[in-house]
Amino acid sequence: MFILDRLEEIVNHQNIPLHPASVPFIVHGVEREREKQKEKEMTLGLINANPVVHERRERLSRADDPPHHPYPHPHPHPDDVLDALDVFDSVRDIRDPEHPYSLEQLSVLSEESITVDEKLGRIQITFTPTVQHCSMATVIGLCLRVKLMQSFPPHFKVDIKVSPGSLANEEAVNKQLNDKERVTAALENPNLRQLVDECLYSSELYSY
Amino acid sequence: MELLDSNVDLKEVQKLQGHADRAWGLAWNPAPHNCGGASAMLASCSGDKTVRIWQMGPTHQLDCSTILEDTHTRTVRSCAWSPCGKFLATASFDSTTAIWKYVGGDFECVATLEGHENEVKSVTWSSSGTFLATCSRDKTVWIWEVQPGDEYDCVAVLQGHSQDVKMVQWHPLVDVLVSVSYDNSIKVWAEDGDSDDWHCVQTLNEGSSGHTSTVWSVAFNSSGDRMVTSSDDLTLKIWDTSSAISQTDTEGFASWRHLCTLSGYHGRTIFSAHWSSEGIIASGAGDDALCLFVEENGNSMQVEEPSYRLLLKKEKAHDMDINSVRWNPKDQRILASASDDGTIKIWELREIS
Repeated sequence: MFILDRLEEIVNHQNIPLHPASVPFIVHGVEREREKQKEKEMTLGLINANPVVHERRERLSRADDPPHHPYPHPHPHPDDVLDALDVFDSVRDIRDPEHPYSLEQLSVLSEESITVDEKLGRIQITFTPTVQHCSMATVIGLCLRVKLMQSFPPHFKVDIKVSPGSLANEEAVNKQLNDKERVTAALENPNLRQLVDECLYSSELYSY
Repeated sequence: MELLDSNVDLKEVQKLQGHADRAWGLAWNPAPHNCGGASAMLASCSGDKTVRIWQMGPTHQLDCSTILEDTHTRTVRSCAWSPCGKFLATASFDSTTAIWKYVGGDFECVATLEGHENEVKSVTWSSSGTFLATCSRDKTVWIWEVQPGDEYDCVAVLQGHSQDVKMVQWHPLVDVLVSVSYDNSIKVWAEDGDSDDWHCVQTLNEGSSGHTSTVWSVAFNSSGDRMVTSSDDLTLKIWDTSSAISQTDTEGFASWRHLCTLSGYHGRTIFSAHWSSEGIIASGAGDDALCLFVEENGNSMQVEEPSYRLLLKKEKAHDMDINSVRWNPKDQRILASASDDGTIKIWELREIS
C-alpha cells in the first residue's frame, strides 16, 4: 500500500479520483481497512487507546541553557562535540500525532536509537511505533525530518528508519521516509504539513 | 588521445547562484543560436517554483537572463528543451507541465499540459520533435503529440509501473521511450506499427539483472546503442540497447540486456547519470560526489563484454546532494551539475600534462 497516498486521503477527507488501473485493488483495500478501523475505534475508542506512557527523563541542567525561544536549538555538550544526546534533545519532545504525549514518553524514541557522526555530517535515527499497524508511522518520520532540518545545518544527511520488526510494512515505510522527493512533495501538502507542525510546536509546552 | 585518470581533471569554472531552494534539474539548450544567438544557454529548475534561464554573455560566463515565475505553484522538478531549442517544457509537483516558447528575447508560457493526478517528475522531447512524454507519482507515463499552433494532444496514458515513475527519456534516434521507477524497474515503450498503440515492450527488473531499489535516472549515449541507469541501490547499470536501431518493428523486439554494473563508487543514492557525446558517463549522487566513467579500451569490437572504469571522482563537488548532471551537447568537455545547495556548477574536463 502506498502509505503517504493513504495518509493524504485520510488527511484531505476527500475522495481522490482513483487511477483506473488501481481502482479494484485500492478501493477493496480501503473499504476493508475502513471497516476494520471503524470496528476497532468503536471497541477501543482509538487505535491504540492505552499506550504505555513513561516518565519523561529529567533534562540534565546545563550551565548555559538560554531562555525559551520558538525554535529550540540543541545545546552542544561542554566538549563541543555534537552527539546523540544533542539530537535526542531536539526530537524527544515531539508530540505523538495520536496521543497527548511526547515520542520519548511513548518510547517511540530514545537516545540509544540515535547515532551521529558530526565530522561526516550524518544522523541516523531509528524509531519504534507504538503498534505494529501504526498508520501514523510516516507522520512521525516526517516530523523527525522537519525537526532535524530545522535544528541542524542543512548539509547533514539524515537516515530515518523504523526499528526492525516493529512495523508490519517496515520496508515500505522506510523507503518512503528516505526518498527525499517523496518527503518534499508530502510536506508541500498543506494538510499533512499542518499535522506535522502541530506535533512539533506543541512540544514547546515541555521545553521550559 | 586516450583519457587516463592520470591525465584528466574536472575544474569548476563557474557557480550559478540565485535559486532560493534546492536546484532539482537542468537542461542545456541543444540549439542556443535559435534563441538570440547565445553560444550557450541553460535552464535550471528549483524547489523555489521558478525556472532560471542562463545565457553565455560576452565575458564567456553564464548570466541569468530570465526567471520564469508565477506559473508553477509548487516545486519545478524537471525541464527539457525541444530539439529546435525554441521551446522549454517544465514539469512540476503542481501536476502540470508548462510549455514555454522563446518569443522576441523572452519566454512565454504557450501551453499547460494537465492530466496527471499528482506530482509530475520528468518531461522529455523526442528527437523527431513529434512527441513529448511526462511521468508522475500517479504511476503513469503520458505521451503527447505536438500539433501545429502550440497544441499538444495526449495520445497515450501508459500504465504498468506499480509505483511512482521518476524519469522518462526518449531514445536519441527512434521513437522509443524508457521510464524508470520507484518500483525498481525500467520499462521500454514503443508504438505498435499497425495500430499506433503504445505499449510496454520490455521490463528490466531485478530478474533481468536490474536494480534492487528505486531507479532515479536513465540516459542514452549519442549513438543510442547504450543506456545507463542510476539507482538508490548505489549502482549504475549499463545496458545494450542496440536492437532499438537495428530493429525495424516491435514484433520480435530483440531484448535490451544488461552489460555492466558499476558499484562501490557512490555511498548514497545516485540521482543522475548522463552520457557525453564523447562517451564519458557522469554521475551525481547524495554523497555530494561527481564521478566520471569511460569504457575500458573503448573498442566496440571487443569479444568480451564491454566494461567501464572510473576516470575521475570529485568528492564534495557540491556542499549537498547532487540532483542532476548534464553534459553540454555543444561542448563535450563541459558538464553542469545541480544541487540541493541551490547552485548549479559548471565544470570543464581538462587534460593536464
